[in-house]
Amino acid sequence: MDYVWAFLVGGAICAAGQVLMDLTGLTPARILTGYVVAGVVLSALGWYAPLAQLAGAGASVPLLGFGHLLAQGARNAVDRMGWLGAFTGGLSAAAGGICASLVFGVLAALAARSRDQN
Amino acid sequence: MEKGTSPRPRSRNMRLTPGEYSRMVGRASPKSPLRRDVVWAFLVGGSICLLGEWLRQAFLAAGHTLGDAAALTSITLIGLSALCTALGWYQKLAAKAGAGTLVPITGFANAVVSQAIEFKVEGLVTGVGAKMFVIAGPVIVYGTMASWVWGLLYAALRAWG
Amino acid sequence: MRKKDSIVFHRPPSVLAWAAVGGKKEAEGPLGNLLDAATADNTLGETSWETAESDLQRRAVQLVLQKAATGLAGVDLIFAGDLQAQCTASAYTMRALDVPFAGLYGACSTMAESLGMAACFCAAGLAGKAMALTSSHFCTAERQFRTPLNYGGKRTPTAQWTATAAGCCLLGAAGNGPRVNAVTFGRVRDYQVSDINNMGAAMAPAAAQTLLNHMQAVGTTPAQYDSIYTGDLGQVGSALLCEILEREGMPLPNHRDCGLMLYDRQNQQVKAGGSGCGCSAAVLCAHILPGLAAGREKRVLFAATGALMSQTLFLQGESIPGIAHCVELASPESS
Repeated sequence: MDYVWAFLVGGAICAAGQVLMDLTGLTPARILTGYVVAGVVLSALGWYAPLAQLAGAGASVPLLGFGHLLAQGARNAVDRMGWLGAFTGGLSAAAGGICASLVFGVLAALAARSRDQN
Repeated sequence: MEKGTSPRPRSRNMRLTPGEYSRMVGRASPKSPLRRDVVWAFLVGGSICLLGEWLRQAFLAAGHTLGDAAALTSITLIGLSALCTALGWYQKLAAKAGAGTLVPITGFANAVVSQAIEFKVEGLVTGVGAKMFVIAGPVIVYGTMASWVWGLLYAALRAWG
Repeated sequence: MRKKDSIVFHRPPSVLAWAAVGGKKEAEGPLGNLLDAATADNTLGETSWETAESDLQRRAVQLVLQKAATGLAGVDLIFAGDLQAQCTASAYTMRALDVPFAGLYGACSTMAESLGMAACFCAAGLAGKAMALTSSHFCTAERQFRTPLNYGGKRTPTAQWTATAAGCCLLGAAGNGPRVNAVTFGRVRDYQVSDINNMGAAMAPAAAQTLLNHMQAVGTTPAQYDSIYTGDLGQVGSALLCEILEREGMPLPNHRDCGLMLYDRQNQQVKAGGSGCGCSAAVLCAHILPGLAAGREKRVLFAATGALMSQTLFLQGESIPGIAHCVELASPESS
């Protein structure tokens, strides 16, 4: 069942993004930024955690989930060290993803080449 | 008949106004095929999340904590995305899947890795290093900014409630 | 002789030789077997896409010199430009060719602009032989204007495909080739289109204005031409052009767009059609000029269009200004 929810919720979040792309003049960059901020907001309101419980990776893999991760990180850090945690919590929680992207980016740059789409 | 007695036609500016033209453009420009796009986005996006869930369950079964399993899942998906980006497969899939490949974290990785690969020719420092986050940067900036705001709000709520 | 914005030549200069060089997709398109040379590998063996584009230009120049049986020493001046920032494809091509060089920027209208300039110089006796050269490369355009090549993005239906191609023409004051009867350099027209995925719509008004100016100054109607070619308006821009001119009282019965001729839209994934300086250049040199030389067409207009924005201005919220330059070409036997 977990797998079904992951597929459905993840798919729905992506489908909603596609609707925004096709029907509004919003560029992909703006939509992604909007998604991550929306994820922070939904997490802050306490609405994202239940979804994450239900859908697992269906909620954490899309960029909304990235926002949730940042928000949770900020909250946990504030719990530990007070307002200073607002500065450290978000990026700490996202460190794994950002570091992985960055490291694989450098490695890929060394090993791979830019490919013609023709 | 003297030469040049009939008035030479004068070039004139067009009567068309920008407002009229904007309406014409709206009518002439084909819209994206919404249903097909949404179906592709749903199926591909759902599949990537499904893969993510499979990985997460596998890591949990291997004995990792919830937090570690989540991190390992992200890192694995990012690694797979980097590989597919380097091989040129991600671009081919994304050309059809649109938001299905853009919205998952694999899209974020693709944005970073594709920039890195593209600008290697401009040097490891001034190409790869400097330009890696050109596309994905706003996500990090505004996501972190939003979490900072939330963190301060939460600290205030804690202090007063 | 100058008539308003147009220059009508008393003694029309002649296009002595021409060459079109294409890349992989262009070779697979409807004009593939008409290209003078093509490559299946768009890297052309170079380590950067930018250098590859210069190679395309160099090949086109070499082919023209071969066809004209002349060396570089016989060429007095080259007009060349491209889409790379600071027109470096042309500049680095010219680093290897020892000829006086006047660089131009007309975005995708560069072929008509360079052809027009070369014609003017030859007709006025300022050059015995002058060359017009331009190119575009899908990969250099993509990485400069849009996103990295390995990036996963989806193109909209109005988007166009930048051609990997170069075109080169050699002109002289007199000769047996197609004649340049008149040239109209265009005026910039901005109708507040700000969708960078819809260049055709951004450029159509400029094309309409230049065609109106040209025909009114020269005193012709569209029906007097075998074809009126535009550079790369694509599907959307072409429809808009025809609609605009219909409203302005000058309907076009014989309009053809190079962006729709270079590729087979049904089978090649190019959305609204081809674009880039190389698009109109390749079609000019592979189809239009040979057709005139063989007498298949007697009199045509070649109006290439360009979108004059940059990423910087676009991100600052500016709309996209367009321009179109028009060259009137005729077959050798016609008057």
